[in-house]
Amino acid sequence: MNITANPAEAAADPHAGAGEVLLSVNDISLSFGGVKAISDVSFDIRKGEIRAIIGPNGAGKTSMLNVINGFYHPQQGTISFRGEVRSRMRPHEAAKQGIARTFQNVALFRGMSTLDNIMSGRSLKMKANFFWQAIRFGPALREEIEHRRRVEEIIDFLEIQHIRRTPVGRLAYGLQKRVELARALAMEPDLLLLDEPMAGMNLEEKEDMSRFILDVSAQYGTTIALIEHDMGVVMDLSDRVLVLDYGQKIADGTPAEVQANQAVIDAYLGVSH
Amino acid sequence: MAEARGQEQCEDTFPKLLLRNAKIFGANTAIREKDLGIWQSWTWAQVLEEIRPYSIGLKTLGVKRGDTVAVIGTNRPRLYWTFAAVQALGAVPVPVYADSVAEELAYVLEHAGVGLAVCEDQEQVDKVLSKSDDLPALKRIVYDEPRGLRDYDHTHLHSFEWVQEEGRKAMAADPGLEARWLEEIDKGKGEDIAVILYTSGTTGRPKGVMLNYDNLVISARNGNAFENLTEDELVIAYLPLAWVGDHVFSYAQSLEAGFCVCCPESMETIEFDRREIAPTYFFAPPAIFEGLLTAIMVRMDDAGWLKRRMFDYFLAVAERVGEKILNAEPVSFLDRIRYMLGNFFVYGPLRNRMGMLNAKVVYTAGEAIGPKIFSFFRSLGINLKQLYGQTEASVYVTIQPNGEIFPDTVGRPAPDVEIKITDDGEVLYRSPGVFVAYYKNDEATKETKTEDGWVHTGDAGFITREGHLKIIDRAKDVGRLNDGSRFAPKYVENLLKFFPDVQEVVAFGHERDYCTVFVNINLTSVGNWAERNNIVYASYQELAGHPKVYDMIERHIRQVNRELAAEPEMAGSQIRRFLVLHKELDADDGELTRTLKVRRRIINERYAELIEALYDGSTEKHVATEVTFEDGRKGVLEATLTIRDIAPEIEPELREAAE
Repeated sequence: MNITANPAEAAADPHAGAGEVLLSVNDISLSFGGVKAISDVSFDIRKGEIRAIIGPNGAGKTSMLNVINGFYHPQQGTISFRGEVRSRMRPHEAAKQGIARTFQNVALFRGMSTLDNIMSGRSLKMKANFFWQAIRFGPALREEIEHRRRVEEIIDFLEIQHIRRTPVGRLAYGLQKRVELARALAMEPDLLLLDEPMAGMNLEEKEDMSRFILDVSAQYGTTIALIEHDMGVVMDLSDRVLVLDYGQKIADGTPAEVQANQAVIDAYLGVSH
Repeated sequence: MAEARGQEQCEDTFPKLLLRNAKIFGANTAIREKDLGIWQSWTWAQVLEEIRPYSIGLKTLGVKRGDTVAVIGTNRPRLYWTFAAVQALGAVPVPVYADSVAEELAYVLEHAGVGLAVCEDQEQVDKVLSKSDDLPALKRIVYDEPRGLRDYDHTHLHSFEWVQEEGRKAMAADPGLEARWLEEIDKGKGEDIAVILYTSGTTGRPKGVMLNYDNLVISARNGNAFENLTEDELVIAYLPLAWVGDHVFSYAQSLEAGFCVCCPESMETIEFDRREIAPTYFFAPPAIFEGLLTAIMVRMDDAGWLKRRMFDYFLAVAERVGEKILNAEPVSFLDRIRYMLGNFFVYGPLRNRMGMLNAKVVYTAGEAIGPKIFSFFRSLGINLKQLYGQTEASVYVTIQPNGEIFPDTVGRPAPDVEIKITDDGEVLYRSPGVFVAYYKNDEATKETKTEDGWVHTGDAGFITREGHLKIIDRAKDVGRLNDGSRFAPKYVENLLKFFPDVQEVVAFGHERDYCTVFVNINLTSVGNWAERNNIVYASYQELAGHPKVYDMIERHIRQVNRELAAEPEMAGSQIRRFLVLHKELDADDGELTRTLKVRRRIINERYAELIEALYDGSTEKHVATEVTFEDGRKGVLEATLTIRDIAPEIEPELREAAE
């Protein structure tokens, strides 16, 4: 018998960098008072790739994600998403345009069940007016059933059926992270921003999460940008890596290139001055 | 319906039963699966419509009479359908444990000469592929769940839907095909091999137990008749497909009686799924009942004052009269009222919580269940019973009949089963369910099955006064005391281990004058007790050596001795001396296996001095034991252990005679 299991090669290697640019960041600078969080950083994210942003503590990684999803407004520079230069926007507008994110410290509705949390990710897609939603009848009910089906597919995808009814506050940390990913996926985003998806996880949970991230990329074709500290994970998962240090871009390239870059090594190990 | 069922004797294979069910129970639900949060169901007629094109599709892929087809995965409708689809072609399904590692899987596939493997998902497909070089006979793989498999090369790999589609195309192209498929089913006979089940042997390679249709259909029919199971039952299928119990409960009996099988959403959701389904017929190993009991107790600790009071009060009522009511014994009117109230406020909600609200009969088997746990569930009104079975017997050897439940026996011989005990105490049985042979292993068949059909169980046991079988130990572990009486270490150990204070016990007595034991205390349980009784201790060792702990263990042993004395076969094994070990037996020190079973040989070597001390009459012994810490460092633990004597109890009848 001759069966080859080569999903990566057969899938035309979406990570080969052939994809068009989905988001490009040009000469962004962000400062809070006298503190420069980001200075003159430019990079792009291509369609379908997994893009990692790494750097030592305080390098400006999370600030960069906050700029991308409109939470912070840079003093200088432009961002273009899907080819259009973006004006000053608020996070919910970014969400409407198809940018979803998870947070470094889980930001779920702790008292609500897993299911309700994920359903909340669909709220932007609900069209029925307030009246029908309030009485949960007619168009609102039909719509809810359809949304619920999509949510159930995500629950199935991330294998969290057993916690469907559990309030997320009672869940283990690793599972909360998974629920947060589920909620972000429920938005069916074009660009998914993951802020340290594996922080505080044990090895097994990390492996699970890595598999889910790869599956999301393969199955839904979602473009993913992630911040992560676990270098093994970053090198295995990502197609291209952006390295920040003190708010400045010090390297950008494939994992292998970045690993060999002297500036990166210095930033991580420190240099004697 | 009665006439239709009257003809059932001619349906001697599962595909024939399937055709019958599609005809007479066509609109009844045959199988359910929870998917995307909703129970999806298929009626018997729909199941036939699913299986027919699938089976014909498999035929176009080359599956023919006498072939073997592996079925690898968890309980999903399509895998159950695979059994019938394969059997309809006269081929033999070989279910494989879904959690077996690639090597074990490859061994079974290779040994059974499997030409086609039906896998649940990518995980199983990957396992098979990783070993495909060692499996020259394997030509094709079919999978159920497509996730992750999209980009695999599909030359020899097919989805379930694709196979069905091939079948439909073939049927459309050749109108006579369906008739020939039905003829093929008609050719099936009772003595054809229905399935090969590989036993997960603890020693050596697994053996393939060949069961024919007569074995399974007759056993299933007897089992259904014994418990009065009809087409209205609901079961939840959650135990491994490759295990004979699931094959009989969720496949054979379902087809025979026409009842509905429910497949859970995932392995983690079984508790919820069971509650939603409320099966009427349910099976679980003792560990599940232990888990349920613990979960209830933990939750009750967090409950409010009123609920706790109610729970405690009604549980006491249930303990007093619950089992009697279940056994239809006389109970005072007032107690009946109390029990009814309890049923409303406590027992009913608890049964509901556990998914046993509608349970007609619940079986437990596999190993001994603690009598307290057993009685707890029965007192809540759950008809929990013990069953003793084997793969080689198509499950049934003995069952506890309604109204004759003794927690320490496994019941009477099941219908059509004969039992005999050899002079060595080994249990033998003969029944219509007795397997044909081990696949490609005549030597093992000869060792296990005699010329005239008796099967050696490898278990030692005896028949009690009530005519029930009592299993005491593995036959090879049973020894003799110097006075010639039988000594079954595990039997003695289990009696003592049922006390929550006791963690582990090792019994000695083979070729000795009397029985003695090492005891490990349970630190949680005894620690709690110490706290309540103001006993201060700094370490396990200190607590274990405390005279009051010795007193407590002595009381437990006296209780065990009374139980042993009441059993003439076992009276000689009463515990005469004991000591509480200064350390917990530990897998890191090689004293236990990784599955926490005692390694007798190692214990005999490591503690030879202590064993001698148990028999030389000394009351104290100083020992130094090497221990291995978790990080691999070694140390030495020194202690002076006390050894206590216990006077034996007298058998009740002798005592009466003496008075």
